[in-house]
Amino acid sequence: MTSTVAEKPTEDDTPRRRPLRLRLASANTLWISLVLLALIAVFAAINPGAVLTLFNLQTTLIETSVLLVLAVGMTFVIITSGIDLSVGSVLVFSGITSALVMNAMSPGGDSTGAGWGVITVGLLVALVSGAAWGLLNGILVAKAKIPPLIVTLGSFGAALGAGELLTGGSDVRTVPDALATTLGSGTSFGVVPNLVILAAVVTAVGAWLLGTTKFGRYTYAVGSNEVAARRTGIAVTRHLVLVYLLTGVLAGLAGFMSLAYFRTTTLTSHSTDNLNAIAGVVLGGTSLFGGVGSIIGTVVGVFIPAVLQKGFVIIGVNVYWQPIAVAIVLVAAVWFDQARRRARNSR
Amino acid sequence: MTEPILELRGVNKSFGPVHVLHDVDLVVRPGEVTALVGDNGAGKSTVVKSIAGIHQIDSGEVVFDGEPVHIPGPREAATLGIEVVYQDLALCDNLDIVQNMFLGRERGKGGFLDEADMERAARETLASLSVRTVKSVRTQVSSLSGGQRQTVAIAKAVLWNSKVVLLDEPTAALGVAQTRQVLDLVRRLADQGLGVVLISHNMNDVFEVADTIATLYLGRMVAQLPTRDLTNTQVVELITAGRSGDIGLAKPEVATV
Repeated sequence: MTSTVAEKPTEDDTPRRRPLRLRLASANTLWISLVLLALIAVFAAINPGAVLTLFNLQTTLIETSVLLVLAVGMTFVIITSGIDLSVGSVLVFSGITSALVMNAMSPGGDSTGAGWGVITVGLLVALVSGAAWGLLNGILVAKAKIPPLIVTLGSFGAALGAGELLTGGSDVRTVPDALATTLGSGTSFGVVPNLVILAAVVTAVGAWLLGTTKFGRYTYAVGSNEVAARRTGIAVTRHLVLVYLLTGVLAGLAGFMSLAYFRTTTLTSHSTDNLNAIAGVVLGGTSLFGGVGSIIGTVVGVFIPAVLQKGFVIIGVNVYWQPIAVAIVLVAAVWFDQARRRARNSR
Repeated sequence: MTEPILELRGVNKSFGPVHVLHDVDLVVRPGEVTALVGDNGAGKSTVVKSIAGIHQIDSGEVVFDGEPVHIPGPREAATLGIEVVYQDLALCDNLDIVQNMFLGRERGKGGFLDEADMERAARETLASLSVRTVKSVRTQVSSLSGGQRQTVAIAKAVLWNSKVVLLDEPTAALGVAQTRQVLDLVRRLADQGLGVVLISHNMNDVFEVADTIATLYLGRMVAQLPTRDLTNTQVVELITAGRSGDIGLAKPEVATV
């Protein structure tokens, strides 16, 4: 074989390196992690007494738990180069159906004293409600080929509207005590809030699913080059439906968690959850162009706004600075992503 | 002469009122490179897509390894051992070489991925094709050159104990040195006993690596002859007029499309 060809001779036995995708993702994750640590350090330096208290740590984690569950699903969707604006409304809708069913199953329509049987049904109802919206989103995006931005903008409005129809526009405030005191405000191992444990488990499962399974690999492939994925025989349509379904189920779970924590269906307080989740995911290094991203990054990304919020309260800065600070970090993060892509494409 | 691995017999294909393929015959033998040439719109891509299961033929027969087969989709084609390397590569930029080579057919149990096994197999395949231009099989595809990408796409096609590889314009976007590499690779595929179908517009490429040349003219197979029996001029005439001396269509005609 006489293939003495121009391209540079290469040393075959370069030491084994990790996949470039992982290295890039982790490089991005590394930077944003440093930002997070720097934020914590700055706040801690300004007010050492307040920052590292157990209470502040617990509340920051709890307040981030629900958002983190949404963001894990959002990471999958964004890696397929899609978007899901409906998560906050689906959260509310699932909380409502869950609370209503638990009430209906309890004597006098008041589920405050309900037992674990009723609560389990409530959980299932929340998950199924989320799944139904996710399935609808997925079918409209993948089969009807409607842009995900439009589909989920539609379900964003529709899910909230449907929830308000069910409740007549006022919150359901009867939630089983057994649920609220365990999942909602209970702790395990003395100090770790149960809500945080659940979110951590969801995150770990999400990271495992994305990083080590065929499902995860196909998620990257679909976002990277849909045509190529189709040609290699991947059922792209089915995969997209499943990704939106997964996000819906997680939004349903988040609705149940929110119900347990706040003891009410919080009709009006989730209108920007979708944007917060997207911001967290993008801050964490997941590319809106698809094909790139990680769950670890999302975890870090979700905590940055939370830490800013908490930090501003602790050091006495007007909290209205928080969205402005988040906005700056977010735009900077996307700018870096773009610059990196340009550098790559011009090679 | 060896028995054909893949044969088309009297294949017809229409898209609505447009009759794209007229009674097309094609013979692909193992160990040979069969060039498929023809002008734009002659039906080359339709032939490839019919074999790959992307289009369904209207009439005629596809014979694979002596058995008439029906190929309803890309997966079924792959199961038979037919692989297609498309013009636009069909690689995922954000995935590395191993991930691309195994995309859709990952190894591992129950949804888990066996990365070590796949990495080893990818390396072995590249080595068996004497590919030396790729530093690490964990390189992201986006950082590869055009020739390297084409190499990966071809290596992907031979990873599956495939018997027939169809290459759609593999050198169209490449420079001189890279074209050289890819043509060497095409030759090696045939030397390993695969049936290779090479679609190309480049007569130099065709005459360099092809054992037989099949010419399509307005959806008709006007001639499939050994390369040594043809000259460059004859092939160009076949492509542009459908006949050259005694070869090709019986008399000049304007085929109705």
